[in-house]
This record gives sequence, C-alpha cells and structure tokens, in this order.
Amino acid sequence: MEKQYETVIGLEVHVELATKTKIFCACSTAFGGEPNTHTCPVCTGMPGALPVLNRQVVEYAAAVGMALNCRIAQECRFDRKNYFYPDNPQNYQISQLYLPICRDGYVEIQVQGDERMKTITKKIRIHEIHMEEDAGKLIHDEWGDCSLVDYNRSGVPLIEIVSEPDMRSAQEVIAYLEELRLIIRYLGASDCRLQEGSMRADVNLSVREAGQEAFGTRTEMKNLNSFSAISHAIAGERQRQIDLLEAGEQVVQETRRWDDEKKESFPMRSKEDAQDYRYFPDPDLAMVSMDQEWLEKIREGQPELPSQKRKRYRKEFDIPVYDIQILTGSRRMAEIFEETVALGAQPKKVSNWLMVETMRILKEKEMEPEHIGFSPAHLTKLIKMTEERVINSSVAKEVFETMFESDIDPEQYVEEKGLKTVNDEGALRKTVGEIIAANPKSVEDYRGGKEKAIGFLVGQTMKAMRGKADPAAVNSLLKELLQSGNNG
Amino acid sequence: MDISGYTAIELGKAMKEGKATVQEAVEAVFAQIEKTEGLYNCFVTLEKEKALIRGARVQKKIESGELSGPLAGVPFAVKDNICTRGIRTTCSSKMLENFVPVFSADAVLRLESAGAVIIGKTNMDEFAMGSTTETSYFGPTRNPWSLEHVPGGSSGGSAAAVALGECFAALGSDTGGSIRQPASYCGVVGMKPTYGTVSRWGLIAYGSSLDQIGPLTKDVADCAAVLEAIAGHDPKDSTSMERENTDFSSALGEDVRGMRIGIPRDYLGEGLDPAVRKAVLEAARVLEKKGAVLEEFDLSLVEYAIPAYYTIAAAEASSNLERFDGVKYGYRAKEAGELHQMYKQTRTQGFGAEVKRRIMLGSFVLSSGYYDAYYLKALKVKKLIKKAFDSAFAKYDLILGPVAPTTAPKLGESLSDPIKMYLGDIYTIAVNLAGLPAISLPCGHDHKGLPIGLQIIGNCFQEKTLLRAAYAYEQTLKQEEQTYGKTI
Repeated sequence: MEKQYETVIGLEVHVELATKTKIFCACSTAFGGEPNTHTCPVCTGMPGALPVLNRQVVEYAAAVGMALNCRIAQECRFDRKNYFYPDNPQNYQISQLYLPICRDGYVEIQVQGDERMKTITKKIRIHEIHMEEDAGKLIHDEWGDCSLVDYNRSGVPLIEIVSEPDMRSAQEVIAYLEELRLIIRYLGASDCRLQEGSMRADVNLSVREAGQEAFGTRTEMKNLNSFSAISHAIAGERQRQIDLLEAGEQVVQETRRWDDEKKESFPMRSKEDAQDYRYFPDPDLAMVSMDQEWLEKIREGQPELPSQKRKRYRKEFDIPVYDIQILTGSRRMAEIFEETVALGAQPKKVSNWLMVETMRILKEKEMEPEHIGFSPAHLTKLIKMTEERVINSSVAKEVFETMFESDIDPEQYVEEKGLKTVNDEGALRKTVGEIIAANPKSVEDYRGGKEKAIGFLVGQTMKAMRGKADPAAVNSLLKELLQSGNNG
Repeated sequence: MDISGYTAIELGKAMKEGKATVQEAVEAVFAQIEKTEGLYNCFVTLEKEKALIRGARVQKKIESGELSGPLAGVPFAVKDNICTRGIRTTCSSKMLENFVPVFSADAVLRLESAGAVIIGKTNMDEFAMGSTTETSYFGPTRNPWSLEHVPGGSSGGSAAAVALGECFAALGSDTGGSIRQPASYCGVVGMKPTYGTVSRWGLIAYGSSLDQIGPLTKDVADCAAVLEAIAGHDPKDSTSMERENTDFSSALGEDVRGMRIGIPRDYLGEGLDPAVRKAVLEAARVLEKKGAVLEEFDLSLVEYAIPAYYTIAAAEASSNLERFDGVKYGYRAKEAGELHQMYKQTRTQGFGAEVKRRIMLGSFVLSSGYYDAYYLKALKVKKLIKKAFDSAFAKYDLILGPVAPTTAPKLGESLSDPIKMYLGDIYTIAVNLAGLPAISLPCGHDHKGLPIGLQIIGNCFQEKTLLRAAYAYEQTLKQEEQTYGKTI
C-alpha cells in the first residue's frame, strides 16, 4: 500500500507597520519617493548616528500581540543581528531575539473538517512576535554593470509573527494568513498587502508519515508574493520532499526560493552555510519597559476584533453566516453595516446592498472597503425610499452608484433629478395605452398565448416613463388592459 | 600680551574684558602648533582658516554681549572620533581617511554654542583601540614631556595638545581609560563623566555601553567649565540621561572637611610603580590634611575587570565597526571583484592590526557556542563590579587611587606586547564597566620627570563631589608650586 504523508507547516510572517515614521529615526515611511530621499544619518548607518525607538511601533506590536492572545513582555529588548549585505547599512539589523515583545499566543481559524465538509475551528499557536527594522533595496543596474542601493525602506518598522508548526495544509495556511491580515487591518497596524510586500510569509514545511510523531526535516520557502504562490509552493514542496523520501533520500534543511513563474523552488542556502548572526543586545537602545498603565491604554484602544464581531452578529442580526463572513471581512464594511442598521434599516437589506452592489463597484474600481465614501445615513435613506416604493430598484441602483462616487443625499438627488416613481395612475394608463397601440405585433403574440411578449411591453413602457414607473404596477396594468381587449 | 600660559577660563575672561581677541587666541595656538606640531604630531587635521572665520563671528558676539560664557572665544581641539560637520573625521584610520561627516556631535554643537572655536581634530589610537596613540594610521603622537615616550591613549593627541598649549582645551572619549590615562601621562586634567551625561550622538562608537565623551584641560576649573558646556540630555541618544544640577563649576571649592575617601588596597598592590604609589599616597595625605577622612579598603574583583572589559568592548566593537565596508563611505579597496571580495579587501586594507585583533576577539566571543561562556559571563562580571562599587560608595564619598600602574612607556614598548598594554588599563576600566565618573589630575613626577596622575572616582552623578576634591587638591599643589617653584 502506498504510504500516506502528512504535511507540517509553520509560518514566519513579516508585517510592515503603518507608522508615519521609521522605527529608529524620524524619516518618512511613505512608499515611493526618489531613491534615498527618505533617509538620514541613522537609517543610512552613518558613523556616530544612534537609533531612538519609535513608541508607536511598540504600541502596534503590543496591540497585534493582544489581538493574537499573546503574553506581552513587561520588559523587552532589541538585539543586533550581524550580517554583511549592502541593503543593510550598518551590516547589522536591529531585531529582537532574546526578549521579544510577545510570546505564546494563538489565532483561531475556520477550516473544513471531515467528509461532511463541516467547518470546524482550529487554533494555530503563535510562538512569538518581535519587532525589527526593514532593509533597503538593491537595484542592479545592468547597463552600468553595478548595483545601487536605495535606503528609503531601511528602518521601516516590521513585526515578525512566528507560528508553531500547527498547520497541515495550504488551506489552513491561507485561512491563517487571511485571519492574521484581517485582525491586523482591523487594528490599523498595517495594510498587509502581499503583492506590495507589506505582508510577507516564509513557509517552513516538512512531511512525515501519517501517524508518525517526530517531525521530518524542514525547509524554509521564501519569495511568496500571493496566496496562489503560497498554495503552489506548499503543494510543490510537499511533493518534492515526498519524492525524496520515496527515493530513499534525505530532505536537506535549507532555505529555498520559490519561482512562481516556473512553479519550482531552488535552494538558496543550506543549514551548513547558515551564517552565525552573533546576536547580542543592542547597547544603543535601552530596555523597553511596558508598564501596566501603558498596556491598559493600548488595550482600551483595541477595536472589536473580527472573531468577536462574527459571534455578536450571529446573536444580534438575522442574516446568513455567509453574509456575516463578508461583512466582517473589513472593519470599514462592518462599521457601515452596523451604523446603517442602527439608523433603522433592516439588517438583511443593508447586507444585500453591501454584499452585492458595494462589492461589485469595489471590484470594478479595484478599491478596498476602507475607501468606501458613502455614509450610513444616506444608505438608510436609500433603503427606506425603495421600501416605500418612492423609487424602483433600478433607479435605486443608479442612485447608489452616484452615492458611492460622491456621497450625495439620495432624497435630494431623486428630487432634483425627478427620478421618483410615477404613481399617477392616469399618466401610467395613458402611456401603457400608447405602447399597446404602437406594438400590435407583441399584443397579438401575447393574446396568442406568448406570455413572454409582455416583458417587451413592460420594457417599452419603462423606457417611455424614463425608468420612473414601478415595473410591477406596469405589468399588472398591461395585463388588465390586454385582457380587457381595450386597445386604445 | 602673552596668553599662551592662560587657562581656558583665564583666556575667556581676558577676551570678555577686551584684553585679548579671539583672533589673537587662535593665532597664538597656531603659533604654538607651528613650533611643536612637527615634533609631537598631536593633530590629524588643522583648520586654521575655519577657526579664524568662526573666531571673527564669535568676537562680534562677545563684543555685543551675546556670548558671555566662560568658554566664549576659546580655541579647542576635538578627538578625531567625534564628528564635526564639514571637517574630516578619521578615527585615525585609513578606513575614514577622507570621511567628512554631515553632522556634528552633540558635544561639539554644545561647545560651539558656548562660543568655543574648533581648531582641529586630534590624533588617537585607531578607532580608540589602544593605550598609546601608536595605532594611529597617521603616526604616533609623542609625549610633551619626553619625545621618546608615548602620550598615552587613546585620546593621546588631545592630551598632548593641551599640555603643549596647542589648544586651550580638548574633547576626548573614554571607553576604558582613554581620557584619564593620557591626561595622566601628559600632566593635564581629564575626566570621564557618568555614563549618559554627555550625548554619544556623533561619537563614532567603539564600545557603546562604555563610551563617554569628556574634557581634557589645563586645570580642574577648566574641566568643570567644559563639562558644564557639553553635559545635557539629548533625545537623539537613548542612553543619554536627564540630569539636574549640571552647574559643575559651582561645586569648585576647597572645603573637603568630613569627606570620606576610600583607597582600594587592590589599587596599590603588585605591578604598581613605587614612584606612582608614593605620589598618589602623598596626594591622599594632602586631602587628609584638609579634613578629608581617608581609609584603605578592599574593592575586590579588580582582576576580573580587564577580561570582562576586553570581552564586552571587543564584542560591541566587532558589531559597531561592521558599517565600515566600502559601500557607503570611507575607504574601498581598488580592483575588488565581487561583493565579498570587496568587503574582505576593504576591511583587510582599511583597518590596522589592533582594530582587526579586537574585531576578531569580539566576533569570537559573540559567536554561537561561545556567547554564554564569554559575553554573558563578562556581563555578569560587569554587574558584580557595579555592586562592589555600590557597596564601597555606601561607605565613601569618593575613591582615590592611581590612574595607571606606571608613567608613560617608551614608544614601541607596548605594541609588541598587547597583553601588557591591556593590563595597563587595570585602574581605569572598572570605572567604565560601572558607568562611574572619574577624574585624572597631575600629582607629581617620576625620576625621569614624567607626570604621574591621581585618579578620583565618584559615585554615579557625583561629579560635583569629585570636582570639589580635585580642585581642593590642585589648589594646594598650585600654592606649593608658588612657594617652592615649579618642579619642571
């Protein structure tokens, strides 16, 4: 019988924090900018320059730690990680090894359980979170046969979230990353974009025979810039390791680089030539003391987290689980939902507007929910106007699009543009009569039993009314007039 | 008027009274430099023109009353590991032979805003590693009292320049005795303040947790004035402290009645030159006569200070000096091929033997498998030494002893035996490990006519007590000199 293998995965996730300034100097963290314009003696490693810790970095790191159920260290410290590379101006990176800020946390993810495809909750343990500085960027100038360094990113604050080897599939890895990303975005600590590198995941993977307790030898995979790359890399590396074992060979502990074009990984460095980073406490930086008062302040500033929101929504609102998942998928979306409901709109109706129209426009415009500009008050009004049949649903969609663009007041807008549904029975009757008269072929078809022909007549009537009629009213009026045989 | 014999304060006073001008003062030191510099080699860089231009500006401000402090218009020298904007700062190394900083050290800015005028940068042991100023890439400095002898180090250029009258005061840096020991060898006053008193911003780091900038001056009053000018909290240095009562000059007085002074027996034992021992004990008796209470005691742990110091300082240095790699500034090896060749050749060619020795030593003690045995153990020793001093200061206001076991050795003697050179730091380095303030001041000469230094050590932040005792002793010595004539 063929052997069964289990995949064991642990993740190291780097997240770029959303501070305005760098971790050890006052330079801007803004993206872009001409090379070496967001730099100073500190982040270019000039002799005599000294680092000064940005407290906001500590607050974000602690906030993430709290959200991931970690123990926050009362005292933490920075260490120097020594290695030579030109993107690292001091040739040491200021990081945390001995006393990281957070330890022993966990994240709950939803994964599909057994054959019955029931979702179950699984805990992924967090080993630690530590703070560190990002490096600069090397640009290889092929024309000039030289390499250039841009230190704009040097000193941008990062946290590294190290999980325990608790994941068993790509599906779990992605669920974990999505939950991390969601939590960190809720906290406002980072925008967590994989493509742009503000969230980077290194995958530590090993395989073992099913039932075996000891871990296999693991490899570390780098350069994973999307969820699809991560999935492919996990599948590829799992297979590569299984093939080696099946062939009676050994997995070598090494760091590998994933090439998403070739769908293949290549060794970068093995454990044997792993560098000795000679970590030691950075004497330029004092111990960071997290007193209770400070921690309390950070705790008070924590928003309601996605998992808490989901639980509460299930209790408070009569909407499907699927809706809850989408609505809590961004803090802004959830806020709009809650505020709109609070203003009196029916939850399912609000959810529909957000899940269908809002998501559609966001996707079309390649925007994030964070950038939604319409106000809950206006959405409430719009929902009320459709409920009261002041406007019909297609007009409502049109108004919503304008509202999305520039947050107009729908009542005022409908008034000004004259978009109200015409409820004047006489006017409607007159138009319907005209349509019947102008389309004898369709009338004949309908009377001949082609029920569908009425759709065309409704459309023509709506067009003549410039969309402002209530389609249901038009439909019943048409039927009434056609059946009565009154054609004019 | 001959101003060359003036102290910095006397000169400042004369200028304020209109009896001398800044230009005259600058011309006077350059006249002296003309005479002596060729023999003694105190400076790496001289900036006469800049000094005259700046001097003219300061002169106007003195005349307008805008500058009225004791150091206004006083020409001073800066050790070449302290950054001076626009003036090359070499650390006496080939590595930084042409390095011109883009910013000035906080201590330099403070002295300049007090009106002092930089005349040049003084020679030193390369990257402050050495006790003789012989490891300088720019050749050794010679002892003002005897051309065959070293001036001490690493701040040998600053000490010799003050002794020769090539400047009125100078800045040095002290990691293990680098201010006090050359002050002692050259017969001037030198002080290492409490760690954190003077900002390290702009000091090119050697052993960051031990380095302090401090004054080298003609007498104790000058020392207090310079310290007062350079001390102060600097938000750019995380190890800088907020201190009150930094009006050090106000502490100068002759009353030492009731002051409890301890003399460690460990500082009078084996290896101490009898002439030094005699001079130090005589100095102690002078203070006793003035009312101080003297007592010998066992400080203990002294023998562990040297290995602990050379472990910690070398470890920090190995990391601090990584930034000198040929990428961003400083020396780069010619015709180096790929990156690692460039690193290797640049550092092989750019650093001298003593620097390489300490980088290797430091890299070794931090390397995996040795970190606990060496580096962590050294940190434990450091803590114990601090404790030993704490219990001594529970009994005594001050501790008194020699600065160095001998007077200045001959040129060439120390380099051949680095261990012997390291042992010469035995009385000074414990002070750095414990972060304490200590002063070195002249207390006589040996039979060769070479100066002997007296070291007075204070508890943290007790510079005022220290200065008072030093001043009291110095006044007695000055009176004796007036009575019996100068001994030199």
